[in-house]
Amino acid sequence: MGITFRKETFRDDFTFRNSPEHIRRFPFPFHEDSYMYAVNIEPHVVGPKGSVLENLIDVDEHYVAEMQDRALVLAEDPLRCQSLPHMTLAGWDLLELLMEQQALGYPEHFTLTRDGDRWRWINRPLGIDDTFTFGDTSTLPYGPMEYITRQSQGDFCILDQRDGNLWMDAGMVTTQADWSLDFDIGMNFFEWHAPVPLAHEKGIFIRALKFLTNIQQGKPARRLNWTMTINPRLDTSPENYHKWGPDRTTVTPENVGDKVHLRVELQSFWRLPRSNGVVFPIRCYLIKMDELVTQPKWARRLHRVIRDLPEELATYKGLTRYRPTLVEWLSKLDDGSATSPGFGPD
Amino acid sequence: MAAKSIISRPVYGTLSPQAGKHHLFVADAEGALAIIGMAKNAPAGFFDGAEIVFIPGSDGKYVAALEALKPAQLHLAPSFPSLLPRLRQTLTNAHMGLRLYLSGTEGLIGQAMQVALEAGIDHTSMQTEHRGSLARRMQCVHCKGITENVTTQPASCSHCGLLLLVRDHYSRRLAAFQGVCINAEDRSEIPPMEEIFR
Repeated sequence: MGITFRKETFRDDFTFRNSPEHIRRFPFPFHEDSYMYAVNIEPHVVGPKGSVLENLIDVDEHYVAEMQDRALVLAEDPLRCQSLPHMTLAGWDLLELLMEQQALGYPEHFTLTRDGDRWRWINRPLGIDDTFTFGDTSTLPYGPMEYITRQSQGDFCILDQRDGNLWMDAGMVTTQADWSLDFDIGMNFFEWHAPVPLAHEKGIFIRALKFLTNIQQGKPARRLNWTMTINPRLDTSPENYHKWGPDRTTVTPENVGDKVHLRVELQSFWRLPRSNGVVFPIRCYLIKMDELVTQPKWARRLHRVIRDLPEELATYKGLTRYRPTLVEWLSKLDDGSATSPGFGPD
Repeated sequence: MAAKSIISRPVYGTLSPQAGKHHLFVADAEGALAIIGMAKNAPAGFFDGAEIVFIPGSDGKYVAALEALKPAQLHLAPSFPSLLPRLRQTLTNAHMGLRLYLSGTEGLIGQAMQVALEAGIDHTSMQTEHRGSLARRMQCVHCKGITENVTTQPASCSHCGLLLLVRDHYSRRLAAFQGVCINAEDRSEIPPMEEIFR
């Protein structure tokens, strides 16, 4: 049985919701009752059935709606998808990876057939059936990276590896937590992370870069990151900050459960075989507080994490304005009892 | 000089003579002083293979001092846009052994570096020295317009008019600091504008 894709929006009337099964599989990012940066990278291997790790590239009930939202963002601002001239080969690498993984995990929805360089790609949820020549950009309606990332959930950064560093030289970025591809393209690993507080001093980026430049083909890695978003808005770009920023002033004790969303990024890192680049998919999962607190352990833990978050991190994540209202609301769901170890619900 | 900042903010050094066959200097206003200072440590005949492209200030200061260095070429330009075609051609026709020296305001260094990067020169191989104004080139992240000579914090975007926080986050590709709406969440909050990039 295939996935039932929801009809929903991430803007205007915000009809995005998670089904009960999707609430249970939400990648809750806190394994203990507090949070601080760490190099929390682990091998990206297949996880339990029914989890977001059941397949290495996850496709879920929001797929079609997310791809529609991406198309809207790109129509408004084509600069969200850019690739420097030397990155085309890496784009083909990414196209191969995403077609293979989606066809492998969801054969009822995606089919890839190959006859030498003649490839046929069928994407049933989006009604696509294209035959093209692998490596020949003129046979696709877009460049290879743009073509396949218009059909894949999450943002994608393709990093070129040279001089012992990683360079943000291509990307499709429409669901970002407040950073600009257009501004950061061409920067190295330290430069594009420059605005992140505290982590540089802790040596996080030096260690992370060392790890990432040694990623091997066929051995991807992953980490979780998180922030919070008011309304289920995928496009929280700096480009549109003056449009979505006012949302942060609208949180009241009455609407916390509906408006405040935990936003989790499942970031993975893959070596690309032909270009030797690294692709960095940033998959965004949203869950509203009303949905999250259906799992009592998550409610208790999130209360403690948000309440005790260092001020600098709260500011960087943009929580300052509504944190007291959120903490007060969550405190009523925290009876002080212990939480079990690990991420999952009880 | 700039206070301690974030990693993407450019760090400038002091010009020093490099081994090379051809030396190209791009400077504006007080940037001439960096070249004149460097000349004291330069080996005899260093400027025989040097080209200086200079944008004097309105007072025409330092032109005579640069002439006294007897460079192979001294080109005076009224503005950065006016020297761009020449700079592009020089870089396009350059051979191995060209050394690049940029001195003066951040805007000048950044824009000259941008052209050199497009020509394939690695930024770490360029000599830079900051002299004169700390005024910033700023890209508005919202409308993408560049505002030149920003001296205040916050600053108004000269294109879309939003009130922007001028960040230290810097793009060499754009030769600009990033400006992000400072009162996006509540437009009625208007922080005082202070002159801080002089």
